[in-house]
Amino acid sequence: MNQPAAGFELHTDSSPTSATLSLYGNWVDADVVPAFPQLRAELAAAGADELRLDCTELGDWNTLLMSFLLRCASYCAERDITLNTEALPENARRLLSIATSVPAHNRKEAASLPWWQLRSPSKALRELLDDLRESLAFFGDICLALGALIAGKANTRFADFRTFCYQSGPDAFAIISLTSVLVGMILGYLGAVQLQQFGAGIYVADLVTIGLLREMGPLMTAIVMAGRTGAAYAAQLGTMQANEEIDAVRTLGVSPIEFLVVPRVLALLVTMPLLTIYANLLGIVGGGIVAGGMGISMLQYTSQAGLAVSLAHIGVGLLKSVVFAVLIAIAGCRSGIQSGRNSAGVGRAATEAVVTALVYLIVADASINILFQHLGI
Amino acid sequence: MAAAEREVHIEVRDLTMAFGSNVIQRELSFPVYRGDIFVIMGGSGCGKSTLLKHMLGLLEPAAGEILFSGTSFTRASASARDVMRRSWGITYQSGGLFGAMTLEENVGLPLQLYTDYTATQIKDVVRYKLSLVGLGGFESYYPAEISGGMNKRAALARAIALDPQILFFDEPSAGLDPISSRLLDDLILQLTESIGATVVMVTHELPSIFAIANNSVYLDASTRTMIGYGDPKQLREQSEEAVVRQFLTRSAAAGEAE
Repeated sequence: MNQPAAGFELHTDSSPTSATLSLYGNWVDADVVPAFPQLRAELAAAGADELRLDCTELGDWNTLLMSFLLRCASYCAERDITLNTEALPENARRLLSIATSVPAHNRKEAASLPWWQLRSPSKALRELLDDLRESLAFFGDICLALGALIAGKANTRFADFRTFCYQSGPDAFAIISLTSVLVGMILGYLGAVQLQQFGAGIYVADLVTIGLLREMGPLMTAIVMAGRTGAAYAAQLGTMQANEEIDAVRTLGVSPIEFLVVPRVLALLVTMPLLTIYANLLGIVGGGIVAGGMGISMLQYTSQAGLAVSLAHIGVGLLKSVVFAVLIAIAGCRSGIQSGRNSAGVGRAATEAVVTALVYLIVADASINILFQHLGI
Repeated sequence: MAAAEREVHIEVRDLTMAFGSNVIQRELSFPVYRGDIFVIMGGSGCGKSTLLKHMLGLLEPAAGEILFSGTSFTRASASARDVMRRSWGITYQSGGLFGAMTLEENVGLPLQLYTDYTATQIKDVVRYKLSLVGLGGFESYYPAEISGGMNKRAALARAIALDPQILFFDEPSAGLDPISSRLLDDLILQLTESIGATVVMVTHELPSIFAIANNSVYLDASTRTMIGYGDPKQLREQSEEAVVRQFLTRSAAAGEAE
């Protein structure tokens, strides 16, 4: 059958208050189906208060006709025009009546702000302060829960603690090994080039050892763990929030801090110093490889490195790793617990966990360095 | 039987489903006719959802095949499968709407991907599909901002966006109150009659089964195969298997009571 392209015609009937809308052709192809605004203009001009449909010339049709008719129906409803759909094909009439059976919902749109007002500086500052306060409150909650744990009243499961220790410890060996050897070598090269100019190449051992123990060992380990474990904590807890598991924990009368956060924090507290010691050792080996390449013998390197090691350096590094562990765990767990309850929320939580942890790490590292500089340690 | 005159739309042929060596169901063979509202029934853990996932091609059969309008889906190439999938609409147990997109974007996505509609046409069609499920005016809402029942209806709107020939539902009324669940059933019935689609759904809501289904298969968890096929109302009265009658009459007592 050779149908004409889709279209419509509006006739005013003998009675001036009524009009007929003839639909003809195949209402199937997107590029030939007429748009509603054409009809709206004609309807407005006709000024009828009853609209009859005529479908004798209508060929094939699909959703496009239906969406056209729905707009037509809502236009008619707004202007109190009676729409007579008797002539529509049976299916189309039924679909239209389903579509119009529930009145459209009117969303009260919040007035949208121009882009330069979306985030005022004062609002951003307020958010930052709120964030800081919440972090402190969260830290306080953890301290209370740890207190309860020491008093033997906390609902913390040892099995969870063991699992998290495994996940954040032995599971991380491979990546920590790689990064720490390479960082040791980088420090070695960095020092070697400068020190050899003064004929002091042997002091590469001091530079690598002290640099690793005090600074790079704890910091690199913390950065790797923030990306690895902090993000994992946020994703785990965020998914638990989305699945209402955290609600379930709460309604069981158990504090989610004691049940979920404390084992994670404790696990990182245990594993981070150990990983840092491991990273330091491998880093010193990495520096040794570079030193070997410069003609410093293994014996020279190790004895020089041994002289550089002091209890203060080791202590400062371990103290840092403990502080970093707490910061990573807080950033990860807090983002997770406060995550939105959908996939996008979990993604945001994981991002936030890593970003917050990195900011905390750098700021804390700098602060500790300044403090110890003044204390002369 | 009248069924013999009807066109077979989907055919499951000697299907065995297994995870590794763990066989879930074996030797399932049944047709689904065009225009059927077909229910996959069975006790918990019998493999209803697994069967649905096999029909959707999310899982591969251990043996046997599934045919749509006479063409094997199991043996089709990846691109042929995509073409076949375009005539399907699917809603998942928890809706499966994309949380980061508004309802308008969710329903509009298949239209953007697979039609040449203009932006205004897509907007109008989305409005129409959402109005069909009673959600006209909710275009700018995110799935998290509306209730569970509304999410299910919005998922239905997305499923029917491309006027599919087959609609798959995984537990459409699970977690809904009886009234919402009844309304959703009515909606599914009216919509599928009007657009002439075949429906395959997994459910164990008896009121839904009797209200809308006209064909079904019963999967048994202990024998690991199908032990009932046909109109659920007839199965309730005439099935030779006591388990099927018990399931459909909700009786707890074992078959010896009769």
